[in-house]
Amino acid sequence: MNRSGWRVALATTAVRGVNWVSRRSGRGAGTVAGGNAGLGIDSHLLAHLARGRTVALVTGTNGKTTTTAMMVRGWGREVATNTTGANMPAGHVAALAASRSPVAALECDERWLPDVIAETVPAVVVVLNLSRDQLDRAAEVRQLAQRWRDALKGGDFVVVANARDPLVVYAASASPRVHWCAAPTSWTLDARSCPVCTRTLDLGADAWSCTCGFAEPPSRSILVEGRARVAGQLVSLDLAIPGPVNRGNALLALAALHELGVDPALAARRLATLREVEGRYASAVVAGQAVRLLLAKNPAGFAAQLADQAERGGPLWIAINDGLADGRDPSWLYDVDFEQLRGRPVWCWGTRRLDLAARLWYAGIEATVVEDVAPHHDGTVDLIANYTAFQELRREAGSR
Amino acid sequence: MRIALVFPELLGTYGDGGNAVVLARRLERRGLPAEVLEVRPGDAFPAADLYLLGGGEDGPQRLAADLLIASTLAARVADGAGVFAVCAGLQLLGTSFAVEGDSTYAGLALVPATTVRGMARSVGDAVVRVDGRLVVGFENHGGVTHLAPGLDAFGEVVVGHGNDARSDGFRAERIWATYLHGPVLAQNPWLADALLASVLGHELEPLASVADDLYAARCAQLMGTGA
Ligand SMILES: [Zn+2]
Repeated sequence: MNRSGWRVALATTAVRGVNWVSRRSGRGAGTVAGGNAGLGIDSHLLAHLARGRTVALVTGTNGKTTTTAMMVRGWGREVATNTTGANMPAGHVAALAASRSPVAALECDERWLPDVIAETVPAVVVVLNLSRDQLDRAAEVRQLAQRWRDALKGGDFVVVANARDPLVVYAASASPRVHWCAAPTSWTLDARSCPVCTRTLDLGADAWSCTCGFAEPPSRSILVEGRARVAGQLVSLDLAIPGPVNRGNALLALAALHELGVDPALAARRLATLREVEGRYASAVVAGQAVRLLLAKNPAGFAAQLADQAERGGPLWIAINDGLADGRDPSWLYDVDFEQLRGRPVWCWGTRRLDLAARLWYAGIEATVVEDVAPHHDGTVDLIANYTAFQELRREAGSR
Repeated sequence: MRIALVFPELLGTYGDGGNAVVLARRLERRGLPAEVLEVRPGDAFPAADLYLLGGGEDGPQRLAADLLIASTLAARVADGAGVFAVCAGLQLLGTSFAVEGDSTYAGLALVPATTVRGMARSVGDAVVRVDGRLVVGFENHGGVTHLAPGLDAFGEVVVGHGNDARSDGFRAERIWATYLHGPVLAQNPWLADALLASVLGHELEPLASVADDLYAARCAQLMGTGA
């Protein structure tokens, strides 16, 4: 073994060792600590670990974790993957160190996409959507679209991208090999002005366009009633997890798997068995109440969850935190169309429960701030939480 | 009262549309009529009692400035309409502003203020003292705004950066501008009512709500006391 080979072996051992200690000591899932230890020994460890494997990257503001889980399930074999939401290089290193599988599906943080493409040399890059998310710490969306465009245009990989999202099309359209998919979006506020010329886009019913010529490309894969047409092949799509947005995520996962040589019909049957993803959609007990845990981290995520709530009734719990991972500024609550919850009583949880309650008061909704005593309701209540609130609730639910 | 939300697609990055919702609901809950008009690029500029300008990214901000210079906004303000502007909206009311690179762009010149790019972005919770009362919010911008002599600031910075770490925004006849979003009128119900009273020309009855609890909690948290 040559010098750099020893370094990779040492670094990989460090990743596994630190993560083993971390899990044993109960301090955490351990993925990031081990990954950082390995990267400290070999800064190109990710490239070394990815070499010789078929890698698929999944990025976007919303749906990364779910779509990655769909790809893993649909692939139908052991897949190296970052399951705990650790979606930066330390998490990727941990995922690859933990599995010898020759195939990998890695969820990738939006800001890290250019670096992770350079390191992993992927076969497929899935680009779901791009919208405002934690603007106090992330780059503004148009700058991010430009950085994606630079990273996607030169590579020897297939980009599987959502043609319904104008910012995604701007980012992916410079790439020589794109598999366009038409996944429905319930969020358009970040895409009303043209990414090329900033004029107002014409968001037609069938396809969007701009007078400058920038327009929605025709899609190779689409949703048709209860089914999906993936590169010409019609397959049935019976998902266990709810919502129109997840049907779109499944469409992109199937298109990506098709590009990797997996039969769409077979993949669709496999991913129909997915019932929960990292606690999302899971049943749990929180403060003595049976709940269904739902995650929404930003306006687009809330738009998707509220669209799914339209057919439901009864009380609803919402938890809003302002941890570092949430963004410290909850002003995005005013970009969410909470008005559609009118008539539903809502209970407000989380460190920013007063901000939420004020937002709901202005939306004309009967909102109760939960201070000391949790309410109790018959049956199961839906609980929509943003990122750190979701993680806390999940831990609380798991600890009983 | 007719409230015009100006170019929400271009100037609405930080939940700024919330300021229109807050003003309209606070009027309606007191039985006063309110109408919110969304102004889109290419629309005829509507008559309104109050125009709201929000925050935006660099490209959309430049487009909004060009569209507003060509619009009747300045004439409407001269005729008595009010303007409440936040962040990018604040910058484009002045004579010039700088965004990406070192390029400088013309503003509406409704007030003698100029904005240059600062050394670093100002991001975080912010508190400003206005007429002896606190205004709480969040700021996220890269500008430093200079006010010409004679132009009053909106308030004095207590926490955060504002224009230049000393003053925030500006206040001219029928024009209010601040770097604080939040949206700022949702976090500061007293400011929303002060703005409405100024536009209406009379005081409003008190209106208690959970927004008051939010304001008290934010003041206590950001001032480190039970202020
Ligand atoms: Zn265009």
